[in-house]
Amino acid sequence: MATDYNDILLRLCFHLKQFTSPDVTIIPETDLINELAIDSVKLLNLVMEIEDEFDISVPLNALADVQTVHDLAKLIHHIKSAK
Amino acid sequence: MSLLDKLDVVAAARKALLPEGLEVFGTPIEEVYSATEARVGDRRILFLGTNNYLGLTFAPECLQAAHEALDKEGTGTTGSRMANGSYSGHRALEREFADFYHCHSGIVFTTGYQANLAMISGLAGAGDVVLIDGDSHASIYDGCRLSGAEIIRFRHNDVADMEKRLRRLGERSRSTLIVAEGIYSMLGDQAPLAEIVSIKNAYNSILLLDEAHSLGVLGKTGQGLVEETGLIDGVDFITGTFSKSLGSIGGYCVSNHPQLDQLRYISRPYIFTASPSPATIASARAALKLLRDGTELRRQLWQNSRQLYARLKALGYQLGPQPGPVIANILDSPQQALMLWKGLLDHGIYVNLILPPAAPEGKALVRCSVSAAHTSEQMDHVGDVFAELRKSIFQ
Repeated sequence: MATDYNDILLRLCFHLKQFTSPDVTIIPETDLINELAIDSVKLLNLVMEIEDEFDISVPLNALADVQTVHDLAKLIHHIKSAK
Repeated sequence: MSLLDKLDVVAAARKALLPEGLEVFGTPIEEVYSATEARVGDRRILFLGTNNYLGLTFAPECLQAAHEALDKEGTGTTGSRMANGSYSGHRALEREFADFYHCHSGIVFTTGYQANLAMISGLAGAGDVVLIDGDSHASIYDGCRLSGAEIIRFRHNDVADMEKRLRRLGERSRSTLIVAEGIYSMLGDQAPLAEIVSIKNAYNSILLLDEAHSLGVLGKTGQGLVEETGLIDGVDFITGTFSKSLGSIGGYCVSNHPQLDQLRYISRPYIFTASPSPATIASARAALKLLRDGTELRRQLWQNSRQLYARLKALGYQLGPQPGPVIANILDSPQQALMLWKGLLDHGIYVNLILPPAAPEGKALVRCSVSAAHTSEQMDHVGDVFAELRKSIFQ
């Protein structure tokens, strides 16, 4: 089910792989900026991919609280659940 | 990390990217000789990185108007429009802008940056949505942040992507402000206005178009993209700046919505700043007349732009998608862009260097801005220097 957190996490990790080197292991606690080196521009592009993948709109304002992969998955889950 | 440590990180990043002693950003200009020539260090340079599209910074009419206003009204207003800074010149320029666009009313702001800040934060608020192009100018992003509205981006100039995002909003599309630009400052391309207006109407949203780079450049009388496309009635609010084609400093908004005037009472970037000085308003008023009658200036501007764009394209440079006064050379790395920028300056040509994250998609740009005041011979010379540098840097 698309709104299941674990399913979202899995699909999110798949997308994040495209922005990182293949040898990096991504877990929920992984820090997007410090560990995956996803800078502000990459993050904005990632958000657009995520919006299409999950058919949602992610306001840029909501990203201020996103630090880890878990934070981002939680945000997507929250937006999906609210639809 | 302390507040000052954060600035040390910025300094270290700059040092790693830019060679010691090279003042790439904020290059000191010692003397200005004309609309197209100045001195940097000991070298006389050709300005190819200003936004002086019509070359009006030394127009005698503008100089005289500014001198007279300075003598009559002093150096500054020392107050906001709401307090003691609403002079006859400000009000006259607002009427003249409204007349120029055949609109109900207009507002003048202290800078173009503040025009977008004031309009976006005045129109949208908490609970609303602002839908913006991914390549929007910083003033648009900052206006969105100030508004407290939800900010959603669509892929640059991709109307299908824009519509998809409006569809997802459902009923909220009715409280959505869409923001686009007549000409985008990074790549120099134009917004697909007909499609944007059509989608905006279908979703009952509001559209604000920033004509900062297209005022004076597009349309028979220089209104911008709204005139070029004949779509002025489809745009709710038009903003722009005096600091490009008008050769002054300030900003404006015009609209047929009578509610525009209410922004004067709620928009913080309008209320809490000093109004433009009398001299800047006077020169902008004189320049607006020249701009409106500037058919020949626009013809020369476009001839120069097409000439340089075609030459650079023929040389193999990767350029923005369409010709215009903003000609962006897209480079794969900041190092390449830096070498090209430095090479041009060593040959007496001053252009703009744009490095990530300011450049789109992580690329680096060397951006030329063409003026009506340039000559065809100067465009030939610039092309020759680009040809020489292509051999030495890229081969």
